[in-house]
Amino acid sequence: MFQAGGGYHFNWSIVIQHLPMLYDGLFLALKLAVVALFIGSVIGIAGAWARASKYRVVAAVFAAYVEFVRNVPLLVLVFFAYFALPIMGIKFLNNVASFEAAFIFYSGAYLTEVFRSGLAAIPEGYVQAAKAIGLTPLQRGRYIVLPVMFRIVLPALSNTFISLFKDTSIASAIGVKELTFGAVYLDVNFFRVIEAWSVVAAMYLVTAAILASLLRLLERRYAVIK
Amino acid sequence: MLTTLLHQGLPQMAQGLLVTVGMGLQASIVGIVIGVLVGVGLLYLPAYVGWIFRVYVDVVRGLPPLVLIFSAYYLIPVSGINVSAFYSGVIALAFFSGAHFAEVVRGGIDSIPQTQTQAAKAIGLRFWPLMRWILLPQAVRRMVPPAINATVEVIKGTSLVSLIGVVELVLATQQFTGSTFIVIPAYGLAAIMYFAVNFSISRLGGVFEKRYAYLQY
Repeated sequence: MFQAGGGYHFNWSIVIQHLPMLYDGLFLALKLAVVALFIGSVIGIAGAWARASKYRVVAAVFAAYVEFVRNVPLLVLVFFAYFALPIMGIKFLNNVASFEAAFIFYSGAYLTEVFRSGLAAIPEGYVQAAKAIGLTPLQRGRYIVLPVMFRIVLPALSNTFISLFKDTSIASAIGVKELTFGAVYLDVNFFRVIEAWSVVAAMYLVTAAILASLLRLLERRYAVIK
Repeated sequence: MLTTLLHQGLPQMAQGLLVTVGMGLQASIVGIVIGVLVGVGLLYLPAYVGWIFRVYVDVVRGLPPLVLIFSAYYLIPVSGINVSAFYSGVIALAFFSGAHFAEVVRGGIDSIPQTQTQAAKAIGLRFWPLMRWILLPQAVRRMVPPAINATVEVIKGTSLVSLIGVVELVLATQQFTGSTFIVIPAYGLAAIMYFAVNFSISRLGGVFEKRYAYLQY
């Protein structure tokens, strides 16, 4: 019954030959995650501000957006962007663009939560002190609230980035040639099952570990001074 | 169009939803068992055994669930064992959620102050009585909200098994849109179904969170 030793012959040459393809896939995954992080952060800051605003309707719309995205699988959003939006007249350049659209919609909701908790964690005294020395609301945002908020959310932001990086694997479902797609390609075309999946898994793990340790350095550099 | 959606799509997709929920439940239950064992092991086993659990948790949490699902689906047959696509999905998701539940369990027990353990030892409790009567009753209340979040992640994760051919909600939706070309309302309905299930579960977590908010140290 167990014949992995005898029945399966390892052949690493095919995976090694296709390493450039896997690197390209990894690079594309990182690019997708970075873009989603940055544009999603813009949505997130706007969303956090909207959820704290006194306009109930605006706050409710963003609350509904966050709850919707958090309770629906990313795959459904991706398929909706890929299959349904073009029918509604919203056409994307290619599958990468339509994935990225769904992905930004997705990351925006998670980042709204991240920035909302950051905004809530800013000590009351900072804003009061800023008011006391006569800063205008715009100056308070620019010089007090945003910089402090960024330091507070940095750990959560780096966690979100790493999970976004992992979520890019779902792009393979609509044929985006990222890392997981590369593994499926090697598996289906050359039957290099163990080699393909172990190399790709290792690439995900090593990249995530490197990102995590780099981000830890950044977090330490910008830690909130207590 | 609406009648086709209601008469053909709704039953087809409800069937898919049942598979989704069934798979989510099975994977979560196995995942919770793994999580409790691994989580307790992480805290109390000596380091020379505990590192295996640490590696398991960190590796699984560092991989996309889709990679786990594809790996399970393609790798299990290589070892000569025949498993249906459904069960390779359950195995992958149980493996995935086990690591997340382990962190929940570890964090929950770890959040109980050391003084509780010290007091229990002072009155002469051994390991199991300490767990059973002192730590777990307090820790479980802490674990419930994050464990419910992890369960929602599992149910969302089941959408990925559509890619290995299990007819759950997403694939049922695709089959319906493929034969009728009713795309937008079908995906809308699928999103509503996922939302209804997951939002109810998340709300349950919120209820527990409020219920146990009095537990503060």
